[in-house]
Amino acid sequence: MKLVFEKSMPGRRAVQVGPNDVPATINIRSDLLRRRPAELPELSELDVVRHFTELSRRNFGVDNNFYPLGSCTMKYNPKVAEHIASYPGFAHLHPLLPQLRMGGMLTQGALRVLYETDLLLREITGMAGFTMQPSAGAHGELTGMMITAAYHRDRGNKKTTILIPDSAHGTNPASAAIAGYKIVSIPTNEKGVMDIIALRQALNDDIAGLMLTCPNTLGLFETHIKQICDLVHSVDGLAYYDGANLNAIVGKARPSDFGFDIVHLNLHKTFATPHGGGGPGAGPVGVKEKLLPFLPVSIVVKRNDGTYALEYDRPKSIGYIAPFYGNFAVILKAYVYILMLGKEGLRRVAENAVLNANYVREKLKSCYELAFDSVCKHECVFSPTKQMLENGIHAIDIAKALMDKGFHPPTVYFPTIVKEALMIEPTETESKETLDAFIDAMIEIADQAKTMPDKLRSAPTTTSVCRPDEVAAVKKLNIASIALESAG
Amino acid sequence: MLAEIGMTMEELFADIPPELMCKSFNLPGGLSEQQVCSHLAELAGKNSTHLACFLGGGFYDHFIPAAVYSIVSRSEFYTAYTPYQPELSQGNLQAIYEYQSAICRLTEMEVSNASLYDGGTALYEAMMMALRITDRNKIIIDDSVNPIYRVMIHSYTRNLQIELEQTHCTDGLADRRQILQKIDDKTAAVILQNPNFFGCIDDFSDIAQAAHAKGSLLIVSCYPISLGILKTPGAMGADIVTGEGQSLGLPMSFGGPYLGFMAARRQYVRKMPGRIVGETTDRFGQRAYVLTLQTREQHIRRDKATSNICSNEALCALTALVYLSLLGKEGLKETAQRCADKASYAYNRLTVIPGVEPHFRHRWFFNEFVLDLPSEAADVIAKLIERGFAAGFPLSRYYDGMKNSILICVTEKRTKQQIGMLAEALESVL
Repeated sequence: MKLVFEKSMPGRRAVQVGPNDVPATINIRSDLLRRRPAELPELSELDVVRHFTELSRRNFGVDNNFYPLGSCTMKYNPKVAEHIASYPGFAHLHPLLPQLRMGGMLTQGALRVLYETDLLLREITGMAGFTMQPSAGAHGELTGMMITAAYHRDRGNKKTTILIPDSAHGTNPASAAIAGYKIVSIPTNEKGVMDIIALRQALNDDIAGLMLTCPNTLGLFETHIKQICDLVHSVDGLAYYDGANLNAIVGKARPSDFGFDIVHLNLHKTFATPHGGGGPGAGPVGVKEKLLPFLPVSIVVKRNDGTYALEYDRPKSIGYIAPFYGNFAVILKAYVYILMLGKEGLRRVAENAVLNANYVREKLKSCYELAFDSVCKHECVFSPTKQMLENGIHAIDIAKALMDKGFHPPTVYFPTIVKEALMIEPTETESKETLDAFIDAMIEIADQAKTMPDKLRSAPTTTSVCRPDEVAAVKKLNIASIALESAG
Repeated sequence: MLAEIGMTMEELFADIPPELMCKSFNLPGGLSEQQVCSHLAELAGKNSTHLACFLGGGFYDHFIPAAVYSIVSRSEFYTAYTPYQPELSQGNLQAIYEYQSAICRLTEMEVSNASLYDGGTALYEAMMMALRITDRNKIIIDDSVNPIYRVMIHSYTRNLQIELEQTHCTDGLADRRQILQKIDDKTAAVILQNPNFFGCIDDFSDIAQAAHAKGSLLIVSCYPISLGILKTPGAMGADIVTGEGQSLGLPMSFGGPYLGFMAARRQYVRKMPGRIVGETTDRFGQRAYVLTLQTREQHIRRDKATSNICSNEALCALTALVYLSLLGKEGLKETAQRCADKASYAYNRLTVIPGVEPHFRHRWFFNEFVLDLPSEAADVIAKLIERGFAAGFPLSRYYDGMKNSILICVTEKRTKQQIGMLAEALESVL
């Protein structure tokens, strides 16, 4: 398919810019101007609409079909949330308005959304207060690590190291490292949970904290979670909860009760805001009481007269991590979702997410190798059987074959502690019929791995492209189409 | 389903120790769609979006063509995730490749990533990238760079061993004498902005040369709409270019989601943060797109990654690409020119008001300018709100000695009539 630039026709226009009702003046010195216009496409509106509609047809979203991408919680996103986010009273609100004198009164509706979302998330997690500012989960992690550093600095602690299990998402060690910490990895034991003995051995006065996802990336609940947090606290470390997998326990159990001091939530996962093809997300961070002073500037507060205001005077704060108050439109969608589901609805989220994952686990465990055969939470991790591997069928082949059957593949080759991992997270929004169709497809693929492995290795055949060459992409690096005359 | 797998709901949650199950979960009961719509409509009504907007400060009220919303509302785009499986994500991947190309063309740089969170975090990431490239630890940043970005950079670097030196602009422009004096062989980068926070336009070619002579880099933060007419950071010799992409078709949405963009010289591509899409061929030799150079990234390199970013602002990048495609070569230029013309008109109209004076002698600005009022700007702005204007931003919030100074922004959406009414209102409240 041609690039949008390759469809360009000189002189063609889509948009007429609004009328010029003021005299055109030469108001900028000519040497400060660009020599020639940027080589953007010249197309009609219909050309542009057709181009992007065609691109959309080469894309697969949750609305197309089942998308069991493990650890990503690809649940259905209710349309009403999109609709509400487009209300002009929200969409056209300038973020600097509340920084004008008395300006907070101009944005009471938006401030109330932020304030109430904070209250709702406090109740869901048991934490004492949230910042809404982080733009994604990893951004929340970095914020949490900055809070950790500020806490230890405030206490005069000189701590250098963060503990992270080997099953963690890559963002955990990356976030801690960017905040200035050294990382020590804690192994997973034969039951698929953190090795407590290794944790004990790793503890010392240098430990600033521990980052943990629970349920972990194997979909297993860390049974000794309380003990893990207590151990970290015993060396004056902070326990950080990566909320990527909160969907499994929302309404059932709360990270604060496990002993965590800091949590981040991925609103685009548990709280159904769309993933956008890789963002925007939102990663609010909640903390226990003792860490409240360190939360970023600003925080929304409710005053005695019932109005909402932004509080900037926070001397111990880590400062500013976002230009304003977070990805407001994303937070708004999560707020709508929580209000609509309510107490009972959110509880059923966890129940159905866990039921769906265990249903898939039970139905597929005779055909695929289960990494850890115990009750799972929101996701289950399989590998190809020994025989499949002997036939030359790998996780990637199973993934590609699923595409021909109309499904998005699970996450593959992660977590890295499982060889050839196939990480399946069905989410609660899928019906039994959808799960059964997926299970049938997986069983059929398992059969084909024995009878016609070549067919699997040549999959997919129904998509617009088949197994693009990633090695060549690096070797012959081409990451932008730049018209020659405008380069340099 | 429970019966089919022979388990009860209690058994499915038996791995959570009973003492850790929720003791409190006092959320309200669920609302119907109709209830939630009317509740949120009421809250939306409590936000003052009716004010004629002369507020800018890096975040702008531009016109967004309807086709932008229409295209990015296709759920194949917005209900997908990171394109890990290229066969099911060619639409998203090609769009990101086109977005990267558009950013390169706009800035006249050679490589771009797939997006970062916002203009502020993009500038912070550029700074981190410069530290990695040069293996040095000193950064020079001018105070004409957006103060919001500067406080963000200060926050992010508190636990790191970085020497952050600030220079003060003179008459609205980066002060060459101060900057050149500070550039030394420990300097990783000089960070500047064009147009700067005061709206003033500069050409940093001389600073780029001076920085390069010492082995340092030039990082420029820019306003993409202005690149419709202004000399590009690429032409000035910048090494890394970042900016806030909100003006490219994204609504202001009270602070987000926005779009951080980043472009750079080709030799630095392996030090870049974030996702990058590359062109390749598939098994049958057809053109195809994939995530590339992934060994820079957190999911492979973990604590050695160039950044921790995972989810970025993909849908906002798509929005920017659609916006740029609809405006096209001439439309972007016209939009930028319209902004400059209207700002120039507003400047002339407002400075004839007795007591209203330009703050800088420097006359070259894009669509924002600073005026000195006879009294405190914050007071005047508050009075103008009552008359239906978000008249501008009081600079005293971020700058000492600018108590009476107001930053006024004019986009192509403002009309001659609105500008006239603002002038009349301003004159009457002074």
